[in-house]
Amino acid sequence: MSRRAPREGGIPLLLLLPAALGTLFLVLPLVGLLVRAPWSQLGQQLAAPGVGEALRLSLVSASLATAVALVLGVPLAWVLARTRLPGRSVVRALVTVPLVLPPVVGGVALFLALGRQGIVGHWLFTAFGISIPFTTTAVVIAETFVAMPFLVVSVEGALRAADARYEDAAATLGADRWTTFRRVTLPLVAPGVGAGAVLCWARALGEFGATITFAGNFPGTTQTMPLAVYLALESDPPAAIVLSLVLLVVSVATLLLLRERWLGRSTVAS
Amino acid sequence: MRAALGLAAVLGLTLCACGSPAGPSPSASSTGRGGPTGTVTVFAAASLTGVFTDLGHRLEQENPGLTVRFNFAGSSALATQLTQGAPADVFASADQAQMDVVTKAGLQQAAPVVFTKNVLEIAVPKGNPGHVTGLADFAKPELTLAVCAPQVPCGAAAQKVFAAAHVAARPDTEEQDVKAALTKVQLGEVDAALVYATDVKAAGDKVEGIEFPEARDAVNSYPICVLKAAPNPKAAEAFVDLVRSPTGRQALADAGFRSP
Repeated sequence: MSRRAPREGGIPLLLLLPAALGTLFLVLPLVGLLVRAPWSQLGQQLAAPGVGEALRLSLVSASLATAVALVLGVPLAWVLARTRLPGRSVVRALVTVPLVLPPVVGGVALFLALGRQGIVGHWLFTAFGISIPFTTTAVVIAETFVAMPFLVVSVEGALRAADARYEDAAATLGADRWTTFRRVTLPLVAPGVGAGAVLCWARALGEFGATITFAGNFPGTTQTMPLAVYLALESDPPAAIVLSLVLLVVSVATLLLLRERWLGRSTVAS
Repeated sequence: MRAALGLAAVLGLTLCACGSPAGPSPSASSTGRGGPTGTVTVFAAASLTGVFTDLGHRLEQENPGLTVRFNFAGSSALATQLTQGAPADVFASADQAQMDVVTKAGLQQAAPVVFTKNVLEIAVPKGNPGHVTGLADFAKPELTLAVCAPQVPCGAAAQKVFAAAHVAARPDTEEQDVKAALTKVQLGEVDAALVYATDVKAAGDKVEGIEFPEARDAVNSYPICVLKAAPNPKAAEAFVDLVRSPTGRQALADAGFRSP
């Protein structure tokens, strides 16, 4: 964990130049957003009906999605990293599919599983009258589907990097596997879990494709900030820029805050 | 990039100075010295997907060496892309408002012409599980209903018919374009959606259409134009001519469009 960048000696130009270009490439569009933002109408745009609603919905649904991902994803990562269950590598490949699946396809897949005509959703609808699509629940489900793999991958990485000898020591002292997990493993990988949760939350906050497909778009119920930005872009580009700025400020502030409070500095390297 | 676009614009202007106003026959203007070649890019409203794809194939067959590329999306998304400098030869919009966005930016090569019209229709899944009979059903909270977002033409038209019929619509989702609304019907996830008559026809027997009298209060006119910055103005003219030819009109009529 205590890898430290050497301070002495110049940085090779072959590394510095691409690094600088990479930074520029990632930062330039944000600069564009800031430069072209309609600063004079900022207050007016922010007070527009629907902005607060969309922001609140985004924050709530992304946080719920992260909570679900933590409850399901941490145990999943533990199983992948610490057990020798047959078919583990197949499971790992399957649960990371949403990382590469186009989110819109993910949305259609969710319909086919949980929609009114879906393989599970059909049964839910006929037996209980429960219809998931076009509800806030659908937003959370879509975001969890897309974002949870980020958490699983980072927690599994943290578990693999953690020193298993502490767990062995706990076991030789008589702790069962659940106690070991709760008292030793989890504190050990807490920074990794935190980093994974932040990554998951950020991905959920920006989710667009699966959400607009599976949850639809309705102000107050399913219209999150990215959806509001997309539709505003069709009719009122300045409003879209303002909405994007709000999303940007909120996510940067949250990430900074969480890193200060929660993660400590070393986790950046893990 | 800007220089290249500027050059393309200048070239487009010089080449198009000779372009005749769109005539009815596709072969009349495209056979000057050999037909158009290269690639022509058409930005067209999502509702035109079927007809334009077929017309594109036809034009390619008539002109070996020509490739017709399409960008089908909500007209407002296309208008945004065009004003942001997306390189295209032809723009066909599903309503006048989005064409106005493009002409206000001065991107058209000549005044747009209306080549077809479309009306709204109610699309329901096969078997009509929600027992929808007319526009008034869009006020029923127990039904799952989709309309287009008011920002896109089909949504603007929907608002118009609801207002004309005094229906307080209670949709569950405002879709980003008409095809997205139709998809929800095809998947059986909504009881009804308000889409274009042509979309119902294109969906075949997977969805059923219900016509309603208030539709005449929101007839969408589809304007088309060649763009000033068209990289391939000759092929662009040829495509527009084909769309406006008897062949094009027939294809549009077959797809459920109304004559302009």
